[in-house]
Amino acid sequence: MPAGGLARRWRLGEKFIESWIYLAGLLAIVVLLGIIILLIKEGVPIFLDTPPWEFFFGTKWYPVSEPPTFGIMPFFVATLWVTVIATAISVPVGVACAAYLSEVAPNSIRETVKPIVELLAGFPSVVMGFIGLMLLSPLVQSAFNLNTGLSGLTAGIMLAFMSLPIIISVSEDALRAVPDEFRQASYALGATKWETIWHVCIPAALSGITAAVMLGVGRAIGETMTVLMVAGGALAVPVSPTDPMMPMTAAIASGIGNAVRGGLQYQALFAIGLILFVLTLFVNLVADRVLERQKRKFQR
Amino acid sequence: MHIKKSINWFILPLIAIIGVAVLFSGCESGTRTTLTATGSTELSGSIKIIGSNTVTPLSTVWSEEFMKMHPKVNIAVSGPGSGAGIAALINGTIDICQASRTIKQSEIDEARANGVEPYEIQVATDALSVVVNPANPVSELTIAQLSGIFNGKITNWNEVGGNDAAIVVLSRDTNSGTHVFFKEHVVQMAGLPSEDKSLEYGPDVLFLPSTEEGVSEVAKNPNAIFYPGLGYVTDKVKPLAVKKTADDAGVLPSVATALDGTYPVARPLLFYTNGVPTGVIKDFIDYCLSAEGQAIVTEVGYVPLQ
Repeated sequence: MPAGGLARRWRLGEKFIESWIYLAGLLAIVVLLGIIILLIKEGVPIFLDTPPWEFFFGTKWYPVSEPPTFGIMPFFVATLWVTVIATAISVPVGVACAAYLSEVAPNSIRETVKPIVELLAGFPSVVMGFIGLMLLSPLVQSAFNLNTGLSGLTAGIMLAFMSLPIIISVSEDALRAVPDEFRQASYALGATKWETIWHVCIPAALSGITAAVMLGVGRAIGETMTVLMVAGGALAVPVSPTDPMMPMTAAIASGIGNAVRGGLQYQALFAIGLILFVLTLFVNLVADRVLERQKRKFQR
Repeated sequence: MHIKKSINWFILPLIAIIGVAVLFSGCESGTRTTLTATGSTELSGSIKIIGSNTVTPLSTVWSEEFMKMHPKVNIAVSGPGSGAGIAALINGTIDICQASRTIKQSEIDEARANGVEPYEIQVATDALSVVVNPANPVSELTIAQLSGIFNGKITNWNEVGGNDAAIVVLSRDTNSGTHVFFKEHVVQMAGLPSEDKSLEYGPDVLFLPSTEEGVSEVAKNPNAIFYPGLGYVTDKVKPLAVKKTADDAGVLPSVATALDGTYPVARPLLFYTNGVPTGVIKDFIDYCLSAEGQAIVTEVGYVPLQ
């Protein structure tokens, strides 16, 4: 076979793979756009029936009554509570763990602990929900002397466990990306290890850590199965974190099964989905921006 | 050269896989009866049942027994809730919808608009029991008291003769036929002089995704109250005697009291199919309604038709 023919074949193969990758990239964008269009198309018509202010600030959600009322305030506040609790627990623990792994722990420990932490991310959320239901909820109930252990606090603690792996893993990467000259300069000035971590490494990696926190928050906002199982699912606007509550994801999951396509409840649930989508998109965009800045910081 | 070869290696198995798939899809599609070598007809096919969480324990045993008798039949049962099952029936994705409430007129209209004709078959009866923790001293309640507890007017057990403790009210979520049935017949007191259609579940009621979760919470929590189907009542929870009005005697939920009509919150358990059932679906439903099938109803803890 002449050499030219072989080269042409190679070029053909190259072209094929190139267009394959191009199509794959395009598909991701098309799917994303499709989801946005679907959410808007199915969700927005609810505002013809329930005005937006009633939908957002209404405190009554009775989708199967005659006539139905749709107010998502209880769900929105519940999502806020659960996310705040999860973040308040997972950020200090996660960043401390990342600082230990990156700055203090010997190599052998880091090599074993990090994969285990990342394995934690692979736990199915229904398993976490079951653990919360069986182990954590009785504990929370007796510790806070509550009427029931199914509460926003229980859900928040479980969510903290679920967002820890991503926070630890991403902030550890950020801390490791801090150039060694920084640490050496700090030690040369007589700083202790703790001072170096607190005043040099963490500030230098702050944008990466912020991104890690945002990704963790995004996970907590979007998590469904666990909150459905342990948050309690009460329809009142929760005033205390120990109240039973129903976050937005749980509201969608518990209502979508009997919502008939195109009905009012269906539209209302899609509108909640749209709000969730905007929330997580915003959080992820911020995380992305901050990560980008972190990368540029050390590219000199 | 080797590129051409690798393309062949890629395409040949692909053709083989497609060929095999076409062959199998030809065999597996639809339901049919085949003549075996011995000359007897053997049932085969698959049935998909979705709907009520309450009916699930019953349908599961029925389908297991039926599959044991007819190994070529495959039945899948899942129980997200009656509303979910009816929505699936309307969307035409299932063969049988199991329900613990009757279909609404609005749902029938939606089904017809979709070309689906719901056909109702009662397969059993359920006494919807109200359960509390065995440590709770309360042993009977009137329907009006239950309505007060579930609509949020009664919040402490001492208002109904119990301890001074807040009531933890558990309910199924809106997917559930039990949720709707209980709302109409207990919270809104349908059929009683005090009926009030404006009553709703109170804002502090906990909505749970499954009946099992409610029963296990009642077993752990001395102040909780929940309404599972009779088949879900275990000895870790205490069923309450229900009084229609304060003057009537309290009646405990059981097969006998549901059959003679004295228990006030009994309800039909139903199957819905698209039109009159045919083929293997008809055989399955016939089995459920047979003496053998109805004996299983008693075994699972529900009330047989006769």
